[in-house]
Amino acid sequence: MSIGVRFIERYQAGSSLVHNTDARLKLLLTVAYIFAATFTPVGHWLAFGLLAAPLAAAAAASRLPALLILRRSALALPFIVVAVPLLFTKEGDTLFTLQPFGWTASEEGLTAVLTILTKSWLSVVAAIILTATTPALELLRAMRALGVPRILVATVSFMHRYLFVIGEEAQRLLRARDSRSARLEGRRCGGSVWWRARVLGHMVGSLFLRSYERSERVYAAMQARGYDGEVRFLRDSVWRLAEIVVAVVFVLYVAGVQVYARY
Amino acid sequence: MRATEVRAAVDGAIGIANLRFAYPDGVQALRGVNLTIAAGEKVALLGPNGAGKTTLLLHLNGILRGKGDLRIMGERLNNGNLKHFRAQVGLVFENPDDQLFSPTVFDDVAFGPLHMGLPKDEVLERVRLALAQVGMEGFGERLPHHLSLGQKKRIAIATVLSMSPAILALDEPFSSLDPSARRELMRLLQTLPQTMIVSTHHIPIVRHLFPRTVVMDDGRVVADGETEAILADAALLEAHGLEVF
Repeated sequence: MSIGVRFIERYQAGSSLVHNTDARLKLLLTVAYIFAATFTPVGHWLAFGLLAAPLAAAAAASRLPALLILRRSALALPFIVVAVPLLFTKEGDTLFTLQPFGWTASEEGLTAVLTILTKSWLSVVAAIILTATTPALELLRAMRALGVPRILVATVSFMHRYLFVIGEEAQRLLRARDSRSARLEGRRCGGSVWWRARVLGHMVGSLFLRSYERSERVYAAMQARGYDGEVRFLRDSVWRLAEIVVAVVFVLYVAGVQVYARY
Repeated sequence: MRATEVRAAVDGAIGIANLRFAYPDGVQALRGVNLTIAAGEKVALLGPNGAGKTTLLLHLNGILRGKGDLRIMGERLNNGNLKHFRAQVGLVFENPDDQLFSPTVFDDVAFGPLHMGLPKDEVLERVRLALAQVGMEGFGERLPHHLSLGQKKRIAIATVLSMSPAILALDEPFSSLDPSARRELMRLLQTLPQTMIVSTHHIPIVRHLFPRTVVMDDGRVVADGETEAILADAALLEAHGLEVF
């Protein structure tokens, strides 16, 4: 039954420097990093190199398998699909023309596409390092401590809690279907594509209904225990001087990269 | 070798030898199960939670594939005959809400026959028969989530009866039922002619319905024999976390 857990859980247990760093600090640095990567000017490759350096250092210090980071970073790939039209719509020096359509790719377009890919990849890798070295619960506490609105924290927290439940429920539904997907000798089985699609659609629908009903039961159970909209945690520990220093140095560094890239 | 295979096909509905299975997270759920069930036998499967009962049942139609030897009607399960097996073994899950995934009772009972590619008349006839067998005639247009738990459990059994399986594998069909729903289900199981393997925690039902009992614990079969003899062995039942009468 643990198949869902394997697919959903992002945390990789470990005891590296990055694992042991305060979750609030990691979250803060990651958010600052993603902003910095996003604001870096188009095509400023040296600035991207300067931004990649601390990321590579964090990845090395986390002792996460490089393959794991690369595999998970495939999440950035869909951004290419969205960015590709830029290759043809940006005006500039012609690179090549796609014959049957007569679309012209420009050098500026290529730079824009590569920039978007670099930005999204750096951001995704930063988030991967954060989620792979921080248990989900600590991440939620960190969000709360850093003043993320409680309704958002509660939403993320419930999503994480019930994704596993719903994933397992989906798995059981699929099992029940497969159990009754039989073949008789000398007969074509499986029904039409349309019929199979309909069955799958009903399954998705019933999964949604059940999740919805479950949410009402869960809410009732929470109210029964005095829930008033606030998920309370034990009090957070105080910030240590070293953490503040790291935070300040890091923010100055990424800000410095921005200033350098612009002026 | 050939001779024994033919023999197995004649007497054994289910033949399991040294079946082992570990879940992806490393939990070893089956540690070498040996079990032979003859055609027409009614067998109760007892054991504490986590003993491996559900895991074993999920092997009978190839939903899970462990290491070892598993034969249904003398035939070894492989990728080629997987779907053929599923027509032979009707597996009913513990929670009928998992079993019933269609919008109406009719759609659910018709799913198996439709998937087999049977002609429309035969599908209708099979659904009618299966619903009649479980005493739910006329419920075809009802919505599964508006039924009582006892009704859902009977519909769940109808969803596999419509596939005319030779073997029924039921996972805790009696759990959470009130006494009258339990009695109705017992009566239903008594009328069904299939070879049956049923996991349950209800000792009185075991005594009443099943001449043979298999006890599992920690991924192994720890006892297998006549129900009366096994239920009389208080030390055995206690050692494996079962109710003692």
